[in-house]
Amino acid sequence: MANAITIDSRGLNRPFRLNMLLNDSRYRSCTIQIFVLMCLMLGIAWLVDNTVRNLALLGKDFSFSFLWSTAGYDINQRLIDYDTQMTHARAALVGLLNTVVLAVLSCVLATVIGVLAGVLRLSGNSIVARLMTVYVEVFRNIPLLLWILVFGAIMSEAVPAPNAFKGENATASMILGAAAITNRGVFIPEPLFALDLGTLNLGVFEPSLNAIAAIGVVIACLLVNRALVRHADRVQSKTGIRPVTWWKTIAVLLCPPLLLLWVLGFHLGYPELRGFNFQGGLQLRNALIAMWLGLGIYTGAFIAENVRAGILAISRGQTEAASALGLRPGKTMRLVILPQALRVIVPPLISQYLNITKNTSLGLAVGYMDLRSTLGGITINQTGRELEGMLLLMLIYLALSLIISGSMNAYNARVGLKER
Amino acid sequence: MNERNPAFVRGEMLPAREPPAGEMGLLKLLRKSLFNNWLSSILTVISLIVLVWIVRSTSPWLFDSVWNAHSLSECRQMLGVAEGACWAVIRDRWTQLLFGFYPPEQYWRPVLAFALMLLALSPVLFPPVPRRLLWFSAVFPGLAYWLIWGGTLWLPVTAYAGIAVGAVSLRLTARLGAGVGAGLAFIGALTWWFFASEPVTTMLGQLLPLSLAPVTSREVGGFLLSIVIGVTGISFSLPLGIVLALGRRSKMPLVKTLSVVFIEFIRGVPLITLLFTASLLLNYFLPPGTNFDLILRVIIMVTLFATAYMAEVIRGGLAALPRGQYEAAEALGLDYWKAQRLVIMPQALKISIPGIVNSFIGLFKDTTLVVFIGLLDPIALSNSIRATTNWQGIYWELFVFIGALFFIFCFGMSRYSMHLERRLRTDHR
Repeated sequence: MANAITIDSRGLNRPFRLNMLLNDSRYRSCTIQIFVLMCLMLGIAWLVDNTVRNLALLGKDFSFSFLWSTAGYDINQRLIDYDTQMTHARAALVGLLNTVVLAVLSCVLATVIGVLAGVLRLSGNSIVARLMTVYVEVFRNIPLLLWILVFGAIMSEAVPAPNAFKGENATASMILGAAAITNRGVFIPEPLFALDLGTLNLGVFEPSLNAIAAIGVVIACLLVNRALVRHADRVQSKTGIRPVTWWKTIAVLLCPPLLLLWVLGFHLGYPELRGFNFQGGLQLRNALIAMWLGLGIYTGAFIAENVRAGILAISRGQTEAASALGLRPGKTMRLVILPQALRVIVPPLISQYLNITKNTSLGLAVGYMDLRSTLGGITINQTGRELEGMLLLMLIYLALSLIISGSMNAYNARVGLKER
Repeated sequence: MNERNPAFVRGEMLPAREPPAGEMGLLKLLRKSLFNNWLSSILTVISLIVLVWIVRSTSPWLFDSVWNAHSLSECRQMLGVAEGACWAVIRDRWTQLLFGFYPPEQYWRPVLAFALMLLALSPVLFPPVPRRLLWFSAVFPGLAYWLIWGGTLWLPVTAYAGIAVGAVSLRLTARLGAGVGAGLAFIGALTWWFFASEPVTTMLGQLLPLSLAPVTSREVGGFLLSIVIGVTGISFSLPLGIVLALGRRSKMPLVKTLSVVFIEFIRGVPLITLLFTASLLLNYFLPPGTNFDLILRVIIMVTLFATAYMAEVIRGGLAALPRGQYEAAEALGLDYWKAQRLVIMPQALKISIPGIVNSFIGLFKDTTLVVFIGLLDPIALSNSIRATTNWQGIYWELFVFIGALFFIFCFGMSRYSMHLERRLRTDHR
């Protein structure tokens, strides 16, 4: 407290009086906190009491048992097995996975666009820089919801219907004969395996063993490659000469996955026009595409500004010092500029990822079946459990956010400037 | 010829030659800024292609447009084969996009309120405007409420009287000490609002009936609604955000924990779930039978949401301030609130101007989310216009109009923040 200094020694011997609770800085913070605690408890008691009375008036109870009853509604995009006979909890899980997929896809797109636009905005090329400024300002100053609706309208109004691909004088054609953009969704080739290793039964999930094998091999390759680079680092610091590793890296990273794909009989399943729509291949629904483009391009404008600020934050002296040390431009970028710029760029970047994750809840606007549309939408409407449903919805979003911001704190702790 | 004579010696300087063609004028500009290496050249070509494509694909749409029609089919008839825009929908429905279903004969009221808002904002935004106008800024919220929702003028007047009651009791009880005085003043104001204001309003209304035709909240929509929610949210989120930021930096563990929990909770959930809470769940948390206006509930939720973000922005500003400033304020013998008011906040707020304005812009854009709980913001109205038989299937013109209006407001705010940063800059660069 600021006026702790003004207490003279005579005050310490004075007998305790009631007004010292407010006027004496030794007691004041205690008084305030007890007051706040009382207000808080009264407030909570009031809210709980109201809720209990309202629930009693409506004849409802507070229970999550509705999660285990049959959902009875269909979800058009599902990453795990789901049908209308499954439970509300399963439907919520399908929705959660849709939310996560959309968030990850949008984060990737936003990062790519944002980094490109941010770097190009700083380029000496005036026409490119202006174009990027226009992009950033237009997207930052118009609501995301409007952009999602615009991309939704583009996907439903401005692209050809499947029957435009038909017949002799088709007005639309497939891209490279493999992908088709139609107003019923985007069709792309799907990966198929001739040899099926079966599925792994985990209770809730039943992931295919092929996918697990592929992921496992890729992770193993990355680990081996890291060991290779570490070994090269050690040799270099001991002898001063760095062993040549590039062909080893390529071999380690490419050969095992290719071998696995060959063993499993990997091939692509192309979409084909049959009847009124495309069959086969992977169908990305319009809602997903509209959300993906909307979130990715909108957030990309914000990331572009973060990237630009991060690069501008590194003073010219750093580049000059690096070249004075004799580092080549590539190494200057990799060893001097990027580590410092990333320290500025990454925290706001991750908070943009956080925003993307939360903004996936706008999927409602174009009918994307995310967590909010399943658990927070149809389930609540069918069961009438607004209180429990919204509570669960908020907790799940909160958990997602805390995971992302936890990763940000871990990163900050690792790369943050070590100060005294 | 005399060969002994020295060769010709030039008596005067040669006039300077023109620089090479590539080093001057337009060519130099082109070479330096557009084609200085192969990557840059490729980028230039790509951007030119993009620009040409944008212009070629939008110009027929923009220039062959129809302004006079009563339906989309009429538009298409007039256009024939040309691919023009049908701006007639804006001409036909712009009042609806701006005011929602506000009674047309009362449009002067929101317009007047908007004009008065600019007047009320002027002393806050621009220092040359006389300070005395700040009194008008303080009166404006009540006036705007009365103009937009109508009803009796005495309702906002008695609400303001509550503040006056509080101020008077603060003056009277000043001898008892600041804390006690503030508490008594607060209780006094509450007593006025809960017990005295309603009978006084009725009485004054009978004595001198000054009232406008009442307009229900269901009729308030369009940009009027966005601006009402946005401006109210903005003006409340800044002071509340400051309080919350101070709470988060407080040395009292309870206050600090509460602030952290509040901020992290609000920042961790999407705004749309809070809006659904406002529309679906608030009835559970309030005493049975209470029901208050949906717009007010939404304003409260949007304000709480913006407050949490504002608190983090201001906390960043507070953290960026050197410790010496806090210590100097203490050394001068300033108490906590005086130190905050005179030394800390002016500097911390200045540092966080860009963040504050960004969060204002975010709040204003987020007002569009109220479409999900059934309020008639511009996007909801564009959907309802599209649902009418006359304008079925019209998208782009409405999107362009709504987007342009939002762009004007948000871009204006960001430019003002840059101006403010320049005005307040005290370093010697």
